[in-house]
Amino acid sequence: MGHILVVAELENGRVSDPSRELITKARELGEQVNRPVAVAGFGPAAADALQNLDADDAYVVKDDLLAEYHPELAEAALLNILQNPTDLVLVPNTTMGMDLGASVAARRNWSMVAYCTDLAIDGETVVARSQVYGGKLAAEVEVPLTGAVVTVIPGSWPSDGRRGSPTMHEVSAPSALNMTRRRVIEADAGNDVDITRADILVSVGRGIQDPDNLELAEELAAALGGMVSCSRPVVDAGWLPRSRQVGKSGKTVKPKVYLALGISGAPEHLQGMKDADLIIAVNSDANAPIFDVAHYGATADMLELMPILTEKLQGRAG
Amino acid sequence: MKIAVLMKDVPDLVEDLEVEDGALPLDEMSFVPSEWDDQALEEALLIKEEDGADVTAVAVDTGDVDTMLYTALAKGVDRAVKIVGDFSRSLTNRQRAQLLARYCQNERFDLILTGVQAIDDLDGQIAGLVAGLMGIGHASVVRDVHVAQDRVRFVQEYSGGKMAEFDLACPALLGIQAARKPPRYVTIAKVRQVQKSAEIDEVEDSVGETPVVTVRRLYKPESGGHAEMWGDDVETVANHIVAILEEKKLLRG
Ligand SMILES: Cc1cc2nc3c(=O)[nH]c(=O)nc-3n(C[C@H](O)[C@H](O)[C@H](O)COP(=O)(O)OP(=O)(O)OC[C@H]3O[C@@H](n4cnc5c(N)ncnc54)[C@H](O)[C@@H]3O)c2cc1C
Repeated sequence: MGHILVVAELENGRVSDPSRELITKARELGEQVNRPVAVAGFGPAAADALQNLDADDAYVVKDDLLAEYHPELAEAALLNILQNPTDLVLVPNTTMGMDLGASVAARRNWSMVAYCTDLAIDGETVVARSQVYGGKLAAEVEVPLTGAVVTVIPGSWPSDGRRGSPTMHEVSAPSALNMTRRRVIEADAGNDVDITRADILVSVGRGIQDPDNLELAEELAAALGGMVSCSRPVVDAGWLPRSRQVGKSGKTVKPKVYLALGISGAPEHLQGMKDADLIIAVNSDANAPIFDVAHYGATADMLELMPILTEKLQGRAG
Repeated sequence: MKIAVLMKDVPDLVEDLEVEDGALPLDEMSFVPSEWDDQALEEALLIKEEDGADVTAVAVDTGDVDTMLYTALAKGVDRAVKIVGDFSRSLTNRQRAQLLARYCQNERFDLILTGVQAIDDLDGQIAGLVAGLMGIGHASVVRDVHVAQDRVRFVQEYSGGKMAEFDLACPALLGIQAARKPPRYVTIAKVRQVQKSAEIDEVEDSVGETPVVTVRRLYKPESGGHAEMWGDDVETVANHIVAILEEKKLLRG
């Protein structure tokens, strides 16, 4: 019987929360289908970070170059680890998961399931639930236990925090690199406002349509005493600075009120705001996934709504 | 530098996704180019303008991909290639990747760009699958791609705004998150004009064995909760918002 292997990521020398969630699930599945659990970790801090996890075996690749994620080295290291019998690989759907999941599946001629949000056993079969079509649909997929990679969306289920004492294995790092990391660029502290500190966020998505319309959002935010944040396409279009971006590759925010205007609610966006105290979504599409996480919603036109709301707020204050 | 841009079209999310018997009626739906492939195309065109490169747009003929390829030609690619065969809209990503990998292998591209993901890649992202099948250097969630001789330099986004700059020997494949500039726009008139003068090259192939995953069903997620809806009248909606903020004591003044 091969392992259920979790590829763990380290953050500041500690195993990341999304990786811990996977270890919990690997154990739960492993008990049902009678498979041992293994965890893989990279970098000089990996041995310390992995030694108390709830796994039977831990494979560590200590290379200093892996202190930060390195696509080529990490892939080669993982392929080395996979020489041990493995039936199922779980990877968080982070940059690492997006990099290694599909390529390792292809190299091993294994099946692959992406964007997983749940894993369960049905009889003898592992069944994954995945989010597709920007979160508008879910898919139920059978995962063969004969070699498969599943990439899992962080936060899909809680970690149980259980500890253990895995047998530690050191795996040597591959050399002869075609790829070199020139530098790590830390997140820009910048001199812009810090949206993570706002009580109220007026967050705009592609529904804003034109950069000229941002003024409406700024006026609304001013009337509310809040700040303007946005989804990724607004940043990629160059309409707002990156410091305003909420989501997977932006900031995680938890304001008292998150006003999502013209944001569809793609999984990568939800990841950054779903824990806000109060979420109000305005989207012309009644089927937009944002309404599944919002507390209140309206199918109104954001461009019409913003000035009217601003006026009402200003009238009230005056 | 010989660059390929792998493109595919995906169901248009602007339309309602009506599931029938646990599947999407793909033949009846309208398709649009995957937005991240559009970003990859733009990045390739910027590289061409910056350093000179020969750019080929490649798509598998699963339906009407001609407009997508003519649009790429109108935007400035040197060549458009359609892999033709007995392919339906339900071609899996795995099968698509196999066809694309085989084509790219034969053509010996120095650099292959494609979108970081697409909304329908349930069985793996094209970028990773093609790179894995070809066994070449690759990275995903990438932007700011520049070329020099037989190497590429690029930035990979980690998370929360942290990034790293890498340098990679060709042949290489990169999954593009966003181009340096928003994708350029071409008018329909320009696309029509190109359609009259340019041709799409066709390469024949067929799919072989690939690992499969069995999709039991597609469905609209039964969400844990759904927003309480206030309708579509802006006056009413604005009043509701003011009232709830007032109730939560979040209004100033
Ligand atoms: C690796 C990776 C990381 C990512 N990181 C992030 C991230 O950090 N943050 C992020 O946001 N995205 C991120 N994305 C992108 C994400 O997948 C989505 O593409 C993005 O969130 C969509 O943004 P949007 O909702 O503004 O646009 P769309 O999905 O295009 O939605 C626009 C919405 O506006 C509505 N609308 C249009 N006009 C109006 C109107 N007048 N009034 C009201 N509603 C209107 C439409 O109905 C639609 O629902 C990432 C993607 C990848 C691959």
